[in-house]
Amino acid sequence: MSIASVFDVALVALILAIGASTILVRKAFAAVVMFVVYGLLLSIAWVRLHAVDVALTEAAIGGGMTGLLLLGAVARSRSVNVGGPWIGRPARLATCALCALVVAGLAIAMLHPPEVIPTLAPTVMESLPQSGLGNPVAGVLFVFRALDTLLEKVVLLLALLGVWSLAPDRAWGGMPGLHVYARSDPTLIFLAQLLPPVGIVFGIYMCWVGAKDPGGAFQGGTVLAAMWLLVIVAGLQKAPAIGRLWLRGLLVAGPVLFLAIGLAGWVFADAFLAYPAGYAKPLIVAVEAALTLSIAVALGMLAAGPPERAQQQ
Amino acid sequence: MPAATALEATTADGALLVLAIILPVIGILLSFVLGGRYAERIAGILLPAGLGVACIVFLKAWHSEKSLSYIVGNWQPPLGITLCADGLSVAMMVAMAIVICLIGVFAHANFGSRAVSVETRAPMVFWVMLMAISGAMNMIFISGDLFTLYVALELLTFAAVPLVCLDGRAETLQAALRYLLFALLGSILYLIGTALLYGSYGTLDIVLMSQRVHLEPATLAAATLMTVGLFAKTALFPLHLWLPPAHAGAPAAASAVLSAVVVKGSFFLIVRLWFDVMPGLLSVAGAQLVGALGASAIICGNVVALRQRRLKLLIAYSTVAQIGYLFLIFPLAADPLHLQYGDALTGGMLQAISHATAKAAMFMAAGLVYASLGHDEISELGGIARALPMTMFAFGLGGVCLIGLPPTGGFLAKWLLLEATVATAQWWWAIVIIAGGLLTSAYVFIVLSRAMGAPSEPLTLHAAVPKYQEVAALGLALLSVLLGLVALGPIDVLQVGRPEAPMAWLR
Repeated sequence: MSIASVFDVALVALILAIGASTILVRKAFAAVVMFVVYGLLLSIAWVRLHAVDVALTEAAIGGGMTGLLLLGAVARSRSVNVGGPWIGRPARLATCALCALVVAGLAIAMLHPPEVIPTLAPTVMESLPQSGLGNPVAGVLFVFRALDTLLEKVVLLLALLGVWSLAPDRAWGGMPGLHVYARSDPTLIFLAQLLPPVGIVFGIYMCWVGAKDPGGAFQGGTVLAAMWLLVIVAGLQKAPAIGRLWLRGLLVAGPVLFLAIGLAGWVFADAFLAYPAGYAKPLIVAVEAALTLSIAVALGMLAAGPPERAQQQ
Repeated sequence: MPAATALEATTADGALLVLAIILPVIGILLSFVLGGRYAERIAGILLPAGLGVACIVFLKAWHSEKSLSYIVGNWQPPLGITLCADGLSVAMMVAMAIVICLIGVFAHANFGSRAVSVETRAPMVFWVMLMAISGAMNMIFISGDLFTLYVALELLTFAAVPLVCLDGRAETLQAALRYLLFALLGSILYLIGTALLYGSYGTLDIVLMSQRVHLEPATLAAATLMTVGLFAKTALFPLHLWLPPAHAGAPAAASAVLSAVVVKGSFFLIVRLWFDVMPGLLSVAGAQLVGALGASAIICGNVVALRQRRLKLLIAYSTVAQIGYLFLIFPLAADPLHLQYGDALTGGMLQAISHATAKAAMFMAAGLVYASLGHDEISELGGIARALPMTMFAFGLGGVCLIGLPPTGGFLAKWLLLEATVATAQWWWAIVIIAGGLLTSAYVFIVLSRAMGAPSEPLTLHAAVPKYQEVAALGLALLSVLLGLVALGPIDVLQVGRPEAPMAWLR
């Protein structure tokens, strides 16, 4: 066995162990920490499978952002001190049985793969040069399946509005309360002053490089959101009131630009969401830049939660 | 879906399909920037515009007897995405657009935002989500790609869940959370299935997939996962547990849109899956099993509805039962020889549409009753028919449609289903259909007789009900009654783009 395969087997064993302990640990906080570790290990697994784009997304969204949201939920449920509903043995057994069924279905499918596994990868690589892009994932997201990408961003906006809708009526338009995450202390403030310059450069780089190499708007946006949240949690900046016009503008900037270019394609390239020949790459980079900003703001506000305090006029 | 050509092409009016999806998206983006004060005005322009687009698409498909299609970005599948509107799509598009528009009229009273000077929570959320639901439903009806359908499902879920807890009471929050968990479970199962199918066939396009699909373990696993996931979203018995508290607790306009429109989205997807993506793959046993779940839903939903004390809960359980009828099309329309009987499919779609109009009217009527009495206890409804005659008339007409009396749409739907039970010699489903009708008539008459009765003490009305709200409810109820008349013409549109029905002699 080569060193690489020993590493892979160990990685798989570790992922399974961490996955099991995520379910088995009693405390919600510990489960969330396990979940974040699980996400990071999974992203290493994706790197081993040469799917760097997926690895970056898994680390940024699966481990990072989801972990942050879950931590927020744990802290919130602690602050209102609710005892979780007791889940009886029959419900647990039923859950086990259903999960086992899903796993069995997946196992059957995986163990009987088609003789020739069909793939669109060669077709994508053939058609990619027309767009001027170098990263096939960006090609799929912004050229071949642009409609899905555009509408996914609308889903993100709806999710944010859904979170906001949990606010009490009087706090609508006001500021989210971030106190659940941490009390600000000197170490946090130091980090919040040290990290953002590096993080912002890195986030912008991820977005920029996404047209050619692994990276892109979602990963870049997540890094920017993390930096923004760090500054807010440390108390160096206030979370913006959700009624602010600039905030709403930034939230929709990406989808609006994307939609506008898509509609322009109707006139200049003969189809909705088609790019005029020769202009595809600059247009896509512009869309990615705007989307990065929108995603950063949307994810940051999602983590910040519903508004709690009315805006002071 | 046309089965023959490998290369799909944009048809002359295909661009309208893009419009049907992006008009609501434009509305959502505009509402975010201009703020909640304008959200109602934006919806007031874009929802009727969407109805206009749907009507034009319907007429084009009906007259040309061909599906409309559009290739997004000029990228042919399997790389690109197609939009395709066949007969089922255009009929559902028009019906849902009409229902959504009338719900919009009704909702003006509760979520009107024209007069206020600052953005407020409930109107902003309601109008944005209503537009999102209209866009997501159009996407589900016309998308020709399994992953785009997943995005549409996500849009629909995230638009529907906040509507449940719009009034912020603790029990509605709990109902919304339960709905969210069921819906997300459904989404993830659908997504796993989609990934498995892509892995097996290397395409997500429905037409290409239907040409390549064959029975093998991965396909079977994928189909099962997707179907169970969509059952959870459609609230098919026994995955209906989330529906009654969610639909009964929401504000009336939201209940109407959730019960009438949203559950039809995931149902439509199940039909697409088994009739267009994998035609002929549903085994006899599988079809009977789905039918049995539908039959259990009809019986259990109706029996539980009979025992409810509150009007809105009664209507919500009635939704559980009416959803059951939709699933009878699987044993009735897909038979062992892989023939597809057009009549059962037509009946099922008609059931979806007439339930949408009737149930929206009934939830609106219940909302008006609640607003004027301050409660919706069925035993205390005495005298309300005298106070709100138009509202109770609308409720009654909706109930008549659910029971399936002629000439309502419900009658035509159930008659087509009954005809299919005879044609396919499956008498056991006929018993369920008839028993369901009897049980439905029992609870509709209980409510109506209470409402017609004399009040135990003089009735005090808490609030006056605006006339236009009553008119909107009555309009929907009348539509559900008149739907039976589609048998005279437009019903043929449902067959547009379908392979020729081998049992056409049934007519």
